[in-house]
Amino acid sequence: MKIPLVYNVRSLARRPVSSAMTALGVALVVGVFIAMLALANGFKMALVRTGSPDNVLVLRKGADSELSSGITRDNAAIIAALPEVAAAVDGSPLASPEVFVPMNVESAGGGEAQLVVTRGVTPRAFEVRHGVRITEGRMFTPGRDEVIIGTAIAPKLAHSAVGDTVRLAGRGWLVAGHFSAGGSAFESEIWGENDQLMPVLRSQVYQVVAFRLKDRSQFDAAKQTLENDPRLQVDARRESEFYASQSTVLRTILNFLAIFITGIMAIGAVFGAINTMYAAVASRTSEIAVLLTLGFKPRSVLASFLTEATFLALVGGLAGCLVALPINGIVTSTTNWSSFSMIAFQFLVTPRILLEGVIFAVVMGLVGGFFPARRASRIPVVQAIR
Amino acid sequence: MKYFPLVWANLTRHKRRTVLTTLSVALALFLFASLRSVVTTLRAGAEVGSESRMIVQSAKAIVFFLPMSYRERLLAVPGVQAVTWADWFGGVYQDPKNFFASFAADAESYLDMYRSDFTLPADQRAAFIKERTACIVGQHLLEKYGWRLGQDVTLKGTIFQGDWTFTIRGVYHATNPAFSEDVLMFHYEVVYERYPRWVQPGWYVLELKDPSLAQQVAAAIDSEFKNSSDPTKTGTERAFNAGFVTMWGNVSFLMDSIGMAVVFAILLVAANSMMLSARERTNEVGVLKTVGFGDRLLFGLVMAEAGTIALGGAVLGLGAAKALYRPTGFSAMGFLPGFDVTAGTLALGLGIAVVLALASGLVPAVNAARLSAVQALRHVE
Repeated sequence: MKIPLVYNVRSLARRPVSSAMTALGVALVVGVFIAMLALANGFKMALVRTGSPDNVLVLRKGADSELSSGITRDNAAIIAALPEVAAAVDGSPLASPEVFVPMNVESAGGGEAQLVVTRGVTPRAFEVRHGVRITEGRMFTPGRDEVIIGTAIAPKLAHSAVGDTVRLAGRGWLVAGHFSAGGSAFESEIWGENDQLMPVLRSQVYQVVAFRLKDRSQFDAAKQTLENDPRLQVDARRESEFYASQSTVLRTILNFLAIFITGIMAIGAVFGAINTMYAAVASRTSEIAVLLTLGFKPRSVLASFLTEATFLALVGGLAGCLVALPINGIVTSTTNWSSFSMIAFQFLVTPRILLEGVIFAVVMGLVGGFFPARRASRIPVVQAIR
Repeated sequence: MKYFPLVWANLTRHKRRTVLTTLSVALALFLFASLRSVVTTLRAGAEVGSESRMIVQSAKAIVFFLPMSYRERLLAVPGVQAVTWADWFGGVYQDPKNFFASFAADAESYLDMYRSDFTLPADQRAAFIKERTACIVGQHLLEKYGWRLGQDVTLKGTIFQGDWTFTIRGVYHATNPAFSEDVLMFHYEVVYERYPRWVQPGWYVLELKDPSLAQQVAAAIDSEFKNSSDPTKTGTERAFNAGFVTMWGNVSFLMDSIGMAVVFAILLVAANSMMLSARERTNEVGVLKTVGFGDRLLFGLVMAEAGTIALGGAVLGLGAAKALYRPTGFSAMGFLPGFDVTAGTLALGLGIAVVLALASGLVPAVNAARLSAVQALRHVE
């Protein structure tokens, strides 16, 4: 027969300080766990959102990032002429050749210059690339020295307000507008017109060509055609997969840190739970003996104490979720090592991460509660009652 | 001191509890020392850069080349003793996961420039300089991939396309802990041969005749190239390194906040354990008081117990951190060369242990001191 849960809850309430301290310990571990995963997740999502499965990104063969890629104008034309490329309303191909260069930009507050991705585009880019929307001001005017700045990066840069003049590559550029892009890494970039940027950068080549597929399923066909074309020396990557892969270096570091730090913290918290539960068992020896005398099976006692430890950890885990929740949406920035440039992104707490935190807490409770619970189930009745 | 056996007896009564609590303190301080060392190592990396060396890079961004012709012009700037240059090569060895830095550099002048930061046997140096396709690698990198002297290593170029094979002709030891041993370096000419119309120096390194000239020289260089198509940004190597550190973003804030959470979580564990012990001993305290132990002495006994756990844990945790990282050459995949737990971190860790002892022992100790013998003994069951 099962021992009712209310017995455990009341038992915990009888030693409130000790219970609270143990739960709080678990809460802190879970809080840190969630915060770190939210950081890694926010960074990942910023990059994942940058790509769409409908798009293909063409880079030079062997290039591992947009930064190290290069596509000549001739090749860009060949790529755009591919039959798998979707057509715009006017019939022209939905392909966007782009220049990609990290540039030194003065940071807000006069600190060291920051490297910010500057992307040269054509008006077509706004149809090919996903979700790019002007939020303030207007588009840059073709033929003029004008740029638009992503909403995530704008607050971190000096002279980045609409109407200001920002210095890039030793020249002043009018900030025509700010743009958002659904929380993607584009929001950490500066966009200008290819024809204006390329002469300044003295670049004869584009870095990448992005194009929309007529149909998502044609990716393999398009990839094969491109990579086998003797005129081209390129790799074709699905845009969504490419950008997700660009987050690997930092994500590996963050995930390693999350596991290393919270793993060690968790061991400490489990030790705390073990102490608490052993003390609980010791002070309730006679109670347990009574339970056993009444006919509760040792198995039920084991289950009951295990439940008690798990419940305690669960309360801690939920508290940890509550503590960590407010960090959702906080903007932070770091360097994306694939492009050497600053990227601003938000901590992103998802239900999945919260669930993982709670599961983590429950595991801590089970581990911490097992040995004390086993001790409880093996109490010799006669001795204990005497 | 004569009461030590009593404190010890109390500690060993619940051996499991004492061990677990001490271990949690040890784990917390180990973690604290590790996190703190990330920050101190980054800072050290920002500070050890020489003040007498300067880095000249493109003002547009580090990814832009500077013309080769700048070499002569930089040498002519008053105060400049020597000039060398290098390029970030960014090759991949076998798998993109095998990340390490590779540079193409003007071999002879580059080795001279950094002569005080590493040691390279003279015969290896000569062999490397003589052979066009030779490279030198850091000791740590060599061990990591199990390479041997004389072995061929092939890198896949990410920026400079193609396969590039180099013969390891030298292995250097960093004498400056912040000078990375996870580097492969080879001749600039090799890249130039394949990409003569493209590649140029990525950055120049200058040696100054006198470190005090740094500002003057930087101003002179930057103004000389200001209106050219390749303006420069010149700063001391220290400032250059510091720039890389800021690229990580607010690491120290992240590490410090996690460190605080860790310490606080363990404080809870330690304090809880002390309170559990104290509660179980209420009647003992009564007995001790009856036989004449003073309030102050009882306060001291509880504090001594808490102190032993905290300090024992601290010695264990901090000692493990100190013993683990430096001797194993841990460098977080080369991101944190010279990773070490500094004396300052150890001192801070001990300080935390003292605070931990005070905070966890205080409530039980005050209770023990305040308890009246009569009340305590009434609890006897």
